[in-house]
Amino acid sequence: MAVVNFKVNGKAYSMDVDPDMPVLYALTNDIKLNGPKFGCGLSQCGSCTVLLDGQPIRSCQTAMSDVAGHEITTIEGLGTSDKPHPIQVAFMVEQAAQCGYCISGPMLYGKTFVDANPKATQAEIEQSLNGLLCRCYTHTRMIKALVRYQQGVK
Amino acid sequence: MKLQEIFGATQAVNMREDAREAFENAPFSRRDLMKTMGALVVGFSSVASIKKLGAEAPLPSPVYDLLQVDSWIAIAQDESITAYSGKCDMGQGFRTVQYQLVAEELFVPIDRVNLIFCDTALCPDQGTTSGSQSHLTEFGATGLRQALATARETLLAMAAKQFNTTTDQLVIKAGVISMKSTPANSVSYGKLIGGKKFSLATNAKATPVDPKNYTVLGTSVPRYDIPQKTTGEYIYVQNVRLPGMLHGKVVRPPFIDAQVVSVNNASVAKLGGNVKVVVKKNFVGVVADTEWQALIAANTLDVTWSATKALPSQDTYYQTIRKQPSRDSYTVNTGDVDANIKSAKTVLKATYLHPFQMHGSVGSSCAVADVWVNNGVTFAKIWSPTQGVYPQRDSVAQVLGTAKENVRVTYVEGSGCYGLNGADTVSYDAALMSQGVGRPVRVQYTRADEMTGGEHFGAAFVIDLTAGLDAQGRIQAWDYEAWSPTRGNRPTATAPGNVITGYLAGFPLPGIVPAAATQPTTFGNNSNVAMNYGTGCVGTSCGSTGNVRSERYLSHSVDSPFFTGPLRSPARLQNTFANESFMDELAAAAKIDPVDYRLRHLVDPRLVDVVNAAAKAANWQARPSPKPGIVKTGIATGRGFACVLYEGSNGYSAMVAEVTVDQATGVITVTKLTMSEDSGPVSNPDGLRNQMEGGALQGMSRALVEEVNWTDTALGNTDWRRYPVRQFGQPMPQLVTVLTNRLDVPQLGAGECTITLSASAIGNAVFDATGARLRQIPFTPVNVKAALAARP
Repeated sequence: MAVVNFKVNGKAYSMDVDPDMPVLYALTNDIKLNGPKFGCGLSQCGSCTVLLDGQPIRSCQTAMSDVAGHEITTIEGLGTSDKPHPIQVAFMVEQAAQCGYCISGPMLYGKTFVDANPKATQAEIEQSLNGLLCRCYTHTRMIKALVRYQQGVK
Repeated sequence: MKLQEIFGATQAVNMREDAREAFENAPFSRRDLMKTMGALVVGFSSVASIKKLGAEAPLPSPVYDLLQVDSWIAIAQDESITAYSGKCDMGQGFRTVQYQLVAEELFVPIDRVNLIFCDTALCPDQGTTSGSQSHLTEFGATGLRQALATARETLLAMAAKQFNTTTDQLVIKAGVISMKSTPANSVSYGKLIGGKKFSLATNAKATPVDPKNYTVLGTSVPRYDIPQKTTGEYIYVQNVRLPGMLHGKVVRPPFIDAQVVSVNNASVAKLGGNVKVVVKKNFVGVVADTEWQALIAANTLDVTWSATKALPSQDTYYQTIRKQPSRDSYTVNTGDVDANIKSAKTVLKATYLHPFQMHGSVGSSCAVADVWVNNGVTFAKIWSPTQGVYPQRDSVAQVLGTAKENVRVTYVEGSGCYGLNGADTVSYDAALMSQGVGRPVRVQYTRADEMTGGEHFGAAFVIDLTAGLDAQGRIQAWDYEAWSPTRGNRPTATAPGNVITGYLAGFPLPGIVPAAATQPTTFGNNSNVAMNYGTGCVGTSCGSTGNVRSERYLSHSVDSPFFTGPLRSPARLQNTFANESFMDELAAAAKIDPVDYRLRHLVDPRLVDVVNAAAKAANWQARPSPKPGIVKTGIATGRGFACVLYEGSNGYSAMVAEVTVDQATGVITVTKLTMSEDSGPVSNPDGLRNQMEGGALQGMSRALVEEVNWTDTALGNTDWRRYPVRQFGQPMPQLVTVLTNRLDVPQLGAGECTITLSASAIGNAVFDATGARLRQIPFTPVNVKAALAARP
């Protein structure tokens, strides 16, 4: 066990945990967040995606020891349904979900890419989601949402 | 503890605070709901809250009569409306449609509506949410719509009595009934009935709103759940957190038929987290304080399993199932097929092969159960993503050894399930572990749990087709013979062994009882065994959509080595792949354009219309396939067509696929899918398009890459690398959807139409491009190159 200090959505946490434990379990079971989700536990789908110091990572394969001293942002940290972030508005407008279980991956990978590459082509935005899974196959709507978000960023 | 931590936004979307609290506190029946708050239902005495449940015996679950208005609707004094339904939303959007339906039929603003669905303690038993049946059911004679229409007419009659007039002198606006002549004479629903019961049977003669007059239905009301899904506020079953809840993991046998020889509890005794081992016959689970500790314990626990016989060889599996003892049935057998094929000018034969496939939910399944004993009686509450809370309640009661009235199952949305993923069996797991340790237990499967010991695979198929054509190329006779393996299914009260955990816990598995086929007595095409182009004549009545009179369909069900279940478009996808591909072969043999060839054999005007709609939208150029001037090297392009009347009666759809084929690598790229749909009056156009798009792409993934693999000793697909599906970053086709909003017919299903067509439309496009016929799914580069090499 080891004490790990880290921030989540702007709030500081200090947890005495197995440093090998995936951070996803701390986020969902201890901090009780619902945005990042257990999909595969293997970094193969992206449902557990969070931002670590602003960059998307798979929280199911990131150990607690790796987040010590760092800041995590989940989709809860972007906005709320009353006050949503523009990327969330874009997903709402395009109705870019069916079950929505995978949504953290496309939203956070896509947002990070578009923020860094506001003039990216649609093909480049699609490639930024490489390897993520959406089993309901709302792919085209999610891409449309990211393009819509990009219009606002430009 | 807040409601959202227990039930989640799944049920709480758009629910008032007092309604939420009442819902949270309802243990086993609406009788327990809050009297004073009154928002949900007419008052009864408020009893136990959830926090006291462990110490008290709740009232038994009631039975809600489908033909009583009060089973469906309650109107409160504050004018809020609560509807109860047995049809859930699992991402397909039916929550929003039901809100629309309530607002439309009662003439109330949609934001005045609450909806609670799929809770055995609160909602009418409507079986499972499956098979594209939700629209048929809720808009049907015993569904929500008829109850709503009855309620509206009853309220009108009550107002007429109050104003001493007749109902035709009244008008309803926003839940207020007024005299047309003197609008000041008005009364609201809440004043008329608020807080009281209707105590009234649903009137079969009550008139629902004519779809031509729809103002809420027929519009793209945005989905209620999407805002909270984008922000992480939405509670999935994975996020249900109870006080004192522990975490469980399953330890599955290497073979489903292996027996527990011994479990070495000492192997996990020194691990952290107060690990407990729960064993029931061949079911093994571990429970620990945290999820991480439970995962470590599951990976550490030393279980000795008996050896069992090897799995059948995958290499020869499609031959093996032809020889197994089978239960046989005819869909149609006109008795003249052999003679008509013998006399045909041209005879074609082909065999189509479809593998086992996975639901492959992106989230591994999860459930939470709280099982406790009061005065020797076992009670249970289960939060489950199942498609059928009622069948699960009835069967889990068997597993726990209690009466079904002592079990409450509440649906909470999980990852999209598309049929029978691990949702039911993980709920059994949670129930058994909670019973074993006497505390609430949450079970979250690992990916391997889901893929090898959780979900039920979509069935493999071998389909032999033979057809005879006359001198003009018309179909003279059609002969179908198919073999398909099955094992288990959805759980039922009499068959808890239908799902994996029930079977492991010792409940018998209803097997295949071999039997010869008998002559059918009625035409039923629920599995789309019969192609679109026959008459479907059984005895003197004919029920299908075409004009080919000579037909025989013989189906063999055989035992499967794996548990199987109704994966989206079950059997219908496999049969339609074969039937629509073979139809394309016949068109090619007749040298007739594939759309024209279909139209020559179709009589159903609605199917004809969707065929024409898709062809027109895709700018289809009439000519025979394959396209003229094929070069057998390089990149080839082509287009293919397919159509279906889903389940023989439940949704008309057609699809044009456009592809490119790299003939050197065997890689298919689908560039465009154009689809048409006629499911009667469209409830929510954007919702329907979302379903059509997702279905088409999921069907494309299943056609191109998906296949369950195994060795003699184990299933091989333990993760997404070993069971690849189409993912982001890979080419996705342009999608075009064409809706036919037909208002003078009943509502039909739509969720499984396009997925049924992708494989055949794509395969037919590959033939058009290359002249190579794809008869085996998946269309992997290896299988495509084999087909390319087999060209004459």
